[in-house]
Formats: sequence, C-alpha cells, structure tokens
Amino acid sequence: MVNLIWAFMAIIGIVYAMFNGTMENVNQALFEGADEAVTLSIGLVSVLVFWLGLMRVAEKAGLLKVLTSLFKPLVTRLFPEIPKDHPAMGYILSNFTANIFGLGNAATPMGIKAMEEMKKISGSDKASRSMITFLVINTSSLTIIPTTVIAIRMQYDSVAPTEIVGTTILATLFTTISAIMVDRLFYYRRVRKSKK
Amino acid sequence: MSIITTISTWIIPCIILFVLLVATWKKLPTYELFVEGGKEGIKMAVSLLPFLLGMMVSIAILRGSGAMDAMIQFISPFLAIVGVPSEIVPLSIIRPISGTAALGMTTELIKTYGPDSFIGRLASTMQGSTDTTLYILTVYFGAVGIRKMGDALKVGLIADFIGIIASIVIVSIVFSV
Repeated sequence: MVNLIWAFMAIIGIVYAMFNGTMENVNQALFEGADEAVTLSIGLVSVLVFWLGLMRVAEKAGLLKVLTSLFKPLVTRLFPEIPKDHPAMGYILSNFTANIFGLGNAATPMGIKAMEEMKKISGSDKASRSMITFLVINTSSLTIIPTTVIAIRMQYDSVAPTEIVGTTILATLFTTISAIMVDRLFYYRRVRKSKK
Repeated sequence: MSIITTISTWIIPCIILFVLLVATWKKLPTYELFVEGGKEGIKMAVSLLPFLLGMMVSIAILRGSGAMDAMIQFISPFLAIVGVPSEIVPLSIIRPISGTAALGMTTELIKTYGPDSFIGRLASTMQGSTDTTLYILTVYFGAVGIRKMGDALKVGLIADFIGIIASIVIVSIVFSV
C-alpha cells in the first residue's frame, strides 16, 4: 500500500508536469523536498537525544511504572495484546501525555520507543494489532491546547485567540473515539477473515 | 490566556526537575543514564532520514508539478456535497499528507479571512484536532522496520475524514449560538 502511494505520488506528478509545462518546478521541488527532509532529520537529532536520554533516567527511576499503574484500567483495555507490566505501556502513556500537553517533539521519541517495545512483543515486520491502535490514536491527535494555532491567531490580531480551544478539544475527543471504534471494526473484520 | 502560556512554558522544565529529583533521591547515576539513553537518539535519527527523504521528495513532486492543485480542484465539488466549505477543502486534503504545508495553509486562511471568521475558526480547529497521518506512519513504522502496515493507513485516513466533518459540525454549532 505504501509502496503504491509513494510511487504514484511521484509518477502522477511527473506525468502531469509533462503535459502542463511545469517540469522546472518539479526539478526545484524535488531538491527542496530532499533538503527539507535532511533539515528535519537533523532537527530531530537534538529532540531524540534529549528526550530519550531523559526518558532513560525516568524509566530507571521507576516513573514510567507509576504512570502505567495510574492509567492501568484504560490502557489494558485499549491494548489487550500487551502484558500488563510490559515497558511498552510506560512509553505508550508517555507518548499520550506528551501529545495531550502539545509537546509534539517529545511525543515522537517516546512513540518510537513504544513501537520498538511493541515490535519486541510481536517479533515480526508486520504491524501488530496494538501498533495499529497506537498509530491511529496518534494520527487522530490528542492535543488539548493547540499552542501553534493560538500563536498564529494572536499574530493576526484575534479578539479571542484561545476561543478555539473548546472546539478543538471537542473535535479531538470525537475524532479519537471514532478512530478507536473504526480500528476495532477493522480488527474484528481481520479476525473474521482469518477464520474463514 | 496568560495561564495557558504560563503552563506551556513551565511544563518541560518542571518535568526535567521532577525526573532528576526522583532519580537523584534514588541514588541513580543520572548523567550516565542520560547519555546512554541519548545515544539511541542518534541512531534513530539517522535511520529515519531515508524514510523521510523518500516520502517528502515524492510529496514535493506531486505539489510542485501542480498535480496536487488539480486533484484538489477535482475533489472539491464532491466534498462540497458533504458540506465542506470550498475554502477549507485544500486544507482538509493536505492535512493528513504534509504538516508544514497544512500549517502554511492554516496561516494563509487565518490571514485572508481573519482569525475570528467562520473559516478562520474552522481552520484553527481542524489544524489542532487531527495530525499528519502520512508523517506519523512514515516515522513510526520506518524507525522500527515495519514493512507491512496492515489496516493502519486506511483506519488513519478514515479517522482524518471523520475529524474534518466533526470540526465543521462542532464549529458550526458552537459559534452559531
């Protein structure tokens, strides 16, 4: 699926450019895109090193375990495949917490760690049930206070820059719950298919 | 307003303070643990680079050629039937694909229509309530070497669509009163 999407985005773009005389723009965009990816990855180094370092300290201090036990009833229901005291739970919860507080750059390292731990459980290169659930919750976003958006609104002289916090929370809540339900639906469909 | 800004500036330093206090109290070698954990970050960032670069180049070609705009123009009338305002259609299509492009579009919409207009509020809500699905899948699956994504992309995109509709409905209801 990803292979197809990836190839087709490029193929469609290049073929379109052939007929619309935008080949020069394609050339420019191509290398700008590559540059942007390198800049982004290098920018990620600082964030990854910092948060993974701090998380190691937090993990050894037993803080991730405390976090897990606080939300145990909720996460065990969301991720029935993961053993109750598995370190994956701690990282999943740290990722959710970082997302909720809008710490986007802290959420990524913790999310990758969570994925690593979940891969240890499944031991294959195929996305497991818990991985899909985890990703879907992440893509539907958990942000409660969208700081970037508030900053942009202030910049353009909004009378009430934070008035969208309420609607964002409502939309986030609704989307995340729907995402979890859609995820469950697809999971049961997979189970039924494999039974046949 | 000031409460929210205060919270967001205080939160990270307070997390660091808390973690270090507990770890020191438990007599852990904090600095060594930090360095050891941090080393992993370098490996991760390097292994992520090809995934990000491949995806971003492909997206850049699609956008640069003008094919993306053509596709948006083609899809707009269909989304309009479901009740998506035409001004917001490009943003709703770009949001799952590219985070930087979506942020740029949100800024543009807020600038053009004003932050306190219906479109401005809707763009703000949409920007905040969903995330860049393609980026998250690329980074998370890429970093740990998952090759078969299963239903992840499908479910993610369905959730994005629900998010767009939910934002429109919620903003219409909340700000019409």
